[in-house]
This record gives sequence, structure tokens and C-alpha cells, in this order.
Amino acid sequence: MESLALGCAIGGSFGVSDSVVRASVTTSLSVWRGSAQEEGRVEIYEVPFEEGMSVLDALRWIRTHVDPSLAIRYSCINANACHTCMALVDGVVEYTCTARLTTAGASVAPLPKRAVVRDLVTDTVPSDEKLE
Amino acid sequence: MTHLTTDVLVVGAGGAGMYAAISAAREGRSVLLLDKGLVGRGGATIMAQMTVAAAIAHEEPDDWTLHLEDTLEAGRGLCHEPLSAMLCARAPARILDMDRWGTRWAREGGHIKQVTAPGHRRKRCCYIDFLSTGPAVAATLRHQVGSTERIRRLSNVTAIEVCVDEGRVRGAVALDLSTGSLTTIAAPAVVLAAGGLTKIFRRSSASTNMGGEAYWLALEAGAELVDMEFVQFFPIAHLAPRLVGMDPIMWDPFRYKLGGRLLNGSFEEFIHRYGGEDEGRYTAPRDLASYAILKEVEAGRGSPHGGVYLDFRHIPEDQLRSAFGPVIDRLLANGIDLTRVPVEVAPTAHYHMGGIAVDERLQTRIEGLFAAGEAVGGAGGANRVSGNAITEALVFGERAGYFAAAAAGAGTGWSSTYAEPARAELETLRQRKGVGPAPGAVQLKLQDLMWEHAGPFRSGEGLERAAVAIGDLREQLPDLTISEGEVFNLDVQDYYELKAMLRSAEAVVVSALQRVESRGAHQRLDAPQMSAAFEKNQLVSLDGRTGPTTPALWSRWRSVVRSEVRSA
Repeated sequence: MESLALGCAIGGSFGVSDSVVRASVTTSLSVWRGSAQEEGRVEIYEVPFEEGMSVLDALRWIRTHVDPSLAIRYSCINANACHTCMALVDGVVEYTCTARLTTAGASVAPLPKRAVVRDLVTDTVPSDEKLE
Repeated sequence: MTHLTTDVLVVGAGGAGMYAAISAAREGRSVLLLDKGLVGRGGATIMAQMTVAAAIAHEEPDDWTLHLEDTLEAGRGLCHEPLSAMLCARAPARILDMDRWGTRWAREGGHIKQVTAPGHRRKRCCYIDFLSTGPAVAATLRHQVGSTERIRRLSNVTAIEVCVDEGRVRGAVALDLSTGSLTTIAAPAVVLAAGGLTKIFRRSSASTNMGGEAYWLALEAGAELVDMEFVQFFPIAHLAPRLVGMDPIMWDPFRYKLGGRLLNGSFEEFIHRYGGEDEGRYTAPRDLASYAILKEVEAGRGSPHGGVYLDFRHIPEDQLRSAFGPVIDRLLANGIDLTRVPVEVAPTAHYHMGGIAVDERLQTRIEGLFAAGEAVGGAGGANRVSGNAITEALVFGERAGYFAAAAAGAGTGWSSTYAEPARAELETLRQRKGVGPAPGAVQLKLQDLMWEHAGPFRSGEGLERAAVAIGDLREQLPDLTISEGEVFNLDVQDYYELKAMLRSAEAVVVSALQRVESRGAHQRLDAPQMSAAFEKNQLVSLDGRTGPTTPALWSRWRSVVRSEVRSA
């Protein structure tokens, strides 16, 4: 079973895997943090780099390994089917699940034309689907 | 705390939940449709890129009874036959509903095109090009929900408790992620349509938001679960090279349409060694294919990343392009040129045959509590045939909405005291200065241990270890660290999700432990044969819970339901 467990360690949930955690190459992600009430700040995270990884992979890695308080919106992880993970990546509106990272890093900010809810989450909920 | 009142509450807004909402509203009931994420964008439906099985007989002569026979055969004697019959008999009407509502089923010569898929003896699987079936079905239902009166949609609202009093549903308590506050909902009928439990496994092909919440809510409300040991592992999910922006199980339709050779690390065909026939066509059932691949890997004959190769190099490029046009370009953008390199594939948790135990009205043993879609257990028995999952969403959604509407006449009798325990728990959670890990980190541990001990290969020893490890994780619940802030605090959502994942994992493990045989998707290394003594279904409930340190779940056996199905 040893080889089986090893093989399946790669691509856990098709996101960042343990093989990434062990990798020595890292990349840095500048992430806008804040809320509707604050001016906000940029935090920089060092993230293990794996060839082909997406910005969403890195954001999820930050949530589970560094700072779980980071707010992001996503659902289908990597299939580009739910279309809920949009953010500003290096100044361009992108789906974070398809935006690829390089060792040069990237900066991620909330969508510019939407009200900020928290961190990278903006108000993309249709108005008739809200409680208040 | 906001308080809402509705006739029918639907939890989960994937295919099944949306259909249930439409169906209940058509019966004149007010409907509240909740989703943890955005309505119509989460769940399994939107990720399902493949096909929908229904005996509409557009492609060739077919009948729902043949569809039923195929479904029962794959289920290895364990299907809840009245549910399977409902599924197959009502599938054609749902496909045609969707067609009227604007779903662009692939067509040829004026009729809806249908293809074969593993386990089907007829060409009966409808689809939408290219690999767009799930997103298109979700889009149609989103539009239909939006234009149906009496349906109120709520996004980013998670149900955390179904309230039951005197054996009858009274409503639910929900968390509004956007504000962090609780909402109470009085409802005489509740439909649980929050999908399966694939998220409890490290490798999963479904959306990230299905951690078994429907099962957790049902169990805690007093309902029973059935067939929880039967998790379907999809054999050829994408493993390497890294692929983003695509469904990891996309290779299946490639194989239906084009063939595609499954080869081990030494580039040898191997399915035949395990009793399957392959020869470039995709005829081996899913459970057998998963088993064969993992056995090859275990024997040291895997591909570099621990799977096997799927090879399309023998297929000319023009043929690839005519079958999958734009998908070929998306693959090239991922650095994958199918004419030059084989890809690596491996099994992944894909679907759950088990689920909430319901009767022929999709109702649990709790009056007013219904289930729909993947959350329903029993229709697929020990193994689901390809193409039946969206069918379940549509058929069970429609039926559950219909029966929930009928049950909603009872009135609720809501009491504000129902929400008291949930309110107190959230308050404690908020005030907690935890010393332990965040709930998301514990989720990862659970996913690892479930993959290792309760995944495609199981053994009594491994399952015992899993049971102990799950218990250890459960003990961490009071010490978890929850970050500050009420607005869009994912730690709070992760906390409830973790509770659901732990319950679901317990139910899978306790059921898998007691099934000392191999059948369908449940494969025990220490009991490799199918045994007639186990041709029965297992029910799980919380009836026997005695305390936090003893196993909280109790299960019992029920013999197979063998009712007359031909009259359905």
C-alpha cells in the first residue's frame, strides 16, 4: 500500500498537494486584505511552487497552511465551471482557478467594480439572493 | 436573528434542489431555496461534464425497463428497486422538460443524440457539446428558477440544523455567511438536496462544497442513512501533467467517442488481467477499472505520478478535433498534446451511492423531511451506472418537490426555542480563543485518513484505524481556532462543514467495517469475494448514541427491498 499512498499524494483534490509542500522552489503572492470598512493592506505570502499551479491553488494553500482567516470565493476548485472565483490578478480580471502562477509571483486584489465584502470576496451575489 | 416562513425549504441549489424548488412552486407552494455558495453555481451538477441517461429512444429503440435492468445489474443486488424504477421511468419526461426549457441537447437529424456509456446496453445518454452537460443543465434550471413565481433564492446561506418536534419537521436554522448571523426558517416541509460526501476524501472530482451536509442534517434530525459504504471511485481522473480549468474526469467521454488505450507504467494493457475487456473501448465497469489501476500501481507497475497512462496517440488529430474541437485547444493551453504524449490518470472519489434513506415519496422517517438528488441513498445500490447522476438530480428533484408541496399543507407550529442550541453553539464558537488548529486544517487530516483507510481499497484493520482517527479528530472540535470577524468568516463555515464531514466519515467507516465482503464500489482486501450473506442493505442512525467517547453511530441491517417494480 506504500506506493499507492505515495502516488495518490499528488494532486490532492486536484489542488496543491503535499508534494508541493515539500518542494524547495517558492513563489510570492501579494494579497489585498481588508473589509468594506477599512482602507485595507497588502500581505505577502511565500507559497511553495509547483509547475502549472493556479492562483486559486496558492490562495487555498495560504488558507490551510498560513492564514485561515483569508476570505476567498470558489466552489468547483479547478474546472472553471462555477465561475465564482474571479479576482484582479496582476491588474487583470481573471478566474483565479485558471490564472497560472509563475515563480515571478503575482498580486491579487478584489474585483474593482464590486463592493468589497472581505479580502478577495466581493459582492457578486445577485441582489434578490440576499437575506437583508 | 432574522426569521423567515415558507411552505417548502430546499437546502442546496444544484440540479436537484433547483428542480425541487420549481416543482414545489408549481404546486402553488412558497419555496425558499438556500445554497452555501451561489444559487445554481455549486454542487455536483455544474461539474458534471458528461451525460444524462434516459430511455427517450431517440437514437434507437429503448424502454425505461431496460434502463432499469441496467441500473439494477450495476447495483449488484442492492438497489432500492422502487427508487431505481422511479428514476428510470420518469427520466424521459425530465429530459423533454429540459429540452422545452432551452437546454441544447446535442442533436442529429432532428432528434436528440444519444450515446452509449459503460453499463448501458442501449444508446441512451444525452449530452451537450463540448463537455458542457452539467453547466448547461445548471444554467437552464437557474433561468427556470429565476422566472418561477413563489421561489425565493438565498445565496451564501448554509443550513446548520433541521428542527424536528414530535416527529415532524418544523423548519431549520441557517447561517448567513455574508453577515455571520443566524436565520431561523419555519417550514412544514424541508428537502435536503445538498449532494454527497466526496469532500471527505483527499482526492475528489466534485465541487469542494459537498462534505456530506445533507447526511449530517438528516442524521441529527433523526433520519436514517443507507448504503453509506458505497462510494464510487472514478477510475480515470486526470493525474498529470497539471491541468487547470477542466473537470478532472473529462477523459471518460473521450474514451466513449474515440477509444483510448489504458496502459500501465510499462505501456502494457492490463484490464484483462482483472477480468475486464478493454481493447481501446471503454467497456470495463468503473469499480473493476479502479481496482485494476490501483492493483497495477500497488504492484509497482504504475506511471510516474502513481496512476496509469491513458493514450490517444493512435488517434489522428483531425479525429480528435472533430470530436472535441475547443477542448483540444484548452488541453494544448495546458501543455497537453494528445497526439504526442499520453496523460496519467488514477481513481478519485466521484459520487456516493449511499445517502439518506427515503420511502417512495422521497420522505425520510421524519414527517416532512425529504431528500433529492445525490443525497438520496439506494437507487444505485452498490455501484451507479454512468449517466444516472444528473438523472437522479432531475427526477428526484421533481418528485421531492412535488411530495414536499403536498406535505406542506400541515402548517408548522414553529417555536423560537428550536434555535436556542444552535444560537448558543455559535456564540461559544465566536468567543472561543482556540489553541488548536483551524477547522480547515482538520478537514485535510480527515481527507487524508479517509483516502488511506476508507478509499478504493479497504480492510478491517485499516477501517478500525480510521474509526479511531476520526474519533481523535472529533475530540479536537472544542479546541479549534476560529479567526475573528463575523462577515464572510470561512472558519465558521469550515467548522460546520467539518462537523458534517466527521459524521459522514463515521457513517462510511462503520458501514464499511461491517460489510465483510467486496461488492461493487466497496472493495475489501481482506474479503475479496462477494458474499450472498451480505446481499442486504445497511442502515445508519444516531438512535444508539450513548456518549461522546463511544461510537456515536449505530447501524443495522435490512434485507433488500424486493417490491414489484413493473407497475411503477
